[in-house]
Amino acid sequence: MPIFSYEAHLKRQAMFDLLFRGLARTSAITVLILLAAIIASLINGSMPAINAFGLGFLSSSEWDPVNNEFGALIPIIGTLVTSSIALLIAIPVSFGIALFLTELSPQILRRPLGIAIELLAGIPSIIYGMWGLFVFAPLFADYVEPWINDQIGTMSYIGPFFSGPPMGIGMLTAGIILAIMVIPFISSVMRDVFDVVPTLLKESAYGLGSTTWEVMWNVVLPYTKVGVAGGIMLGLGRALGETMAVTFVIGNAHEINKSLLMPGNSISSALANEFNEADGELYISSLIELGLILFFITFVVLSVARYMLFKLGQREGKAT
Amino acid sequence: MNSKLKQLMIGVTVVIAYAGACQAANITGAGATFPYPVYAKWAEAYRVKTSVEMNYQSIGSGGGIKQIKAKTVDFGATDAPMSPEELSANGMTQFPTVVGGVVPIINIPGINAGQLKLTSKTLAEIFLGKITKWNDQKIALDNSGVNLPDQSITVVHRADGSGTTYIFTDYLSKVSTEWKNSVGTDKAVSWPVGTGGKGNEGVASYVQRIKGSIGYVEYAYALQNKMSYAQLQNRDGQFVSPTDDSFKAAAANAHWDASKGFYEILTNEPGRDSWPITGATFILVYKSAQNAEAAKEVLKFFDWAYTNGDKMASDLNYVPLPANVVGMIRGAWKTQIKDASGKAIWK
Repeated sequence: MPIFSYEAHLKRQAMFDLLFRGLARTSAITVLILLAAIIASLINGSMPAINAFGLGFLSSSEWDPVNNEFGALIPIIGTLVTSSIALLIAIPVSFGIALFLTELSPQILRRPLGIAIELLAGIPSIIYGMWGLFVFAPLFADYVEPWINDQIGTMSYIGPFFSGPPMGIGMLTAGIILAIMVIPFISSVMRDVFDVVPTLLKESAYGLGSTTWEVMWNVVLPYTKVGVAGGIMLGLGRALGETMAVTFVIGNAHEINKSLLMPGNSISSALANEFNEADGELYISSLIELGLILFFITFVVLSVARYMLFKLGQREGKAT
Repeated sequence: MNSKLKQLMIGVTVVIAYAGACQAANITGAGATFPYPVYAKWAEAYRVKTSVEMNYQSIGSGGGIKQIKAKTVDFGATDAPMSPEELSANGMTQFPTVVGGVVPIINIPGINAGQLKLTSKTLAEIFLGKITKWNDQKIALDNSGVNLPDQSITVVHRADGSGTTYIFTDYLSKVSTEWKNSVGTDKAVSWPVGTGGKGNEGVASYVQRIKGSIGYVEYAYALQNKMSYAQLQNRDGQFVSPTDDSFKAAAANAHWDASKGFYEILTNEPGRDSWPITGATFILVYKSAQNAEAAKEVLKFFDWAYTNGDKMASDLNYVPLPANVVGMIRGAWKTQIKDASGKAIWK
């Protein structure tokens, strides 16, 4: 009798195992199916625009709902430029934060500072947008942009990129707000991967007389570069797709401007602004094609990052 | 396991039932965001009075048109009226409910509300990017005695598609052939210059923040945010301020035509006191109602609103329609809206 019940128990367990395996597999496959379905519906939705404009859609800066002429150049540039500005600012700052938290900070400060940074990551993006528009932009317009105009705007070569009326909103502001938003992501990943570097390695380097900087640059960073790159990609992914905060401060103008102080547009903010009231097949389908392009950009960026990491790993293998 | 599944299924059923109950309002409508506050207020008062619920979703004019075409709502609402051809192609008719004004708002240091006077020509040239400084000779001509600063003009427009933009660009197209040819009239256009804010509130806050800026918003937003507005020159050559009376004058001087579905954009209307950028917001219904009962409820609601809703509308800074226009609308209901057997729904 007890043996019988034991066997029954085993049998039941095996059934659960099977069920669980099936469930887990289905979940994993569902993700792939969803991804394929999203791509398929994006392509399907953008067919009218693809047929009407072809590849010219990518290089045209026209965006004229009255005459049904659409092109994606301005939002593409806006998305890439704001994300690049964001990374340009966020990477060094995040590196500094992570370095401080793992190597320099007194033990007592580490936890509170770490938690504070993680809290920053949890703030909804609309709050960043409102803060950007109501607090940051006016200060930026009154104090920083006149200085940029006078000091950098008058230089040769880079001058034209930094001159324009001090409005406080524009591509540069959007980039800076994005930087603030992605810093928590990048720095908390960097901190976590710096923490896993074996103490033995670091102490050996210190023992050989290295400075903190040399330890960071020559020991910690090479050891953690995959993780660091992963953190940066996470930040970039957020910057590329960020909608609300950018919409608030980028100025939403379908214009090409050399100057970063002038308003521009990004793919996601164009979508957020215009989808509601877009009517006419071509208008809607052009917006969907914008979405497809954003999907594609994100996909390419992530693939390139993966490939770079793969190559790095391969070279390492050969060197040893 | 089995009981868990059962619980889950019960949960799902409850959620579906709940969602169903939410849709059980007696009248449903969807569309323009501009009249949403007054429709919501009317709906609340109407519910208290008759216990008939009116559920209005402010999803935007474009969405409203899509919903009524798909027949998922009893009425659609739009800020830009449908053209008579489009109406007859869809078998619909439309009627206006309330009137509102679009107001140019400015932020020029040292200049107070109503101090700046703009003609239709200068307004168009500013938005075309041809006048770039506030002390331009063309602006100064109409503003003797006003100390115009040597400041560059920043144009602020809507970033999203909007009925407000439709009314504003319709006005510019009427008064400037160059605008008409190079930009045109629509809910979103290819702006020659400027930066875009999302919604009336977005434009208002950009104008408040950028010195030397000019934008356009619904009158109510200009009032609520205490924005400086500019006076405009109307078709009769008078400079007028945006007030309830000047909007009313524009609505009264318009040539409403019931047979064309009241297709009328109240921009550049004649009359000494008419505010030049005025617009009505419209309701779309089917001429031949599939569900006569629901169609009748819709008409009853708006009939009640025309009779009792004027004060509620004015409190929210909308302008009620003149009495003669309301009379025309009720007349049009009798002749235009029929049930499946061809009998008039409204008697």
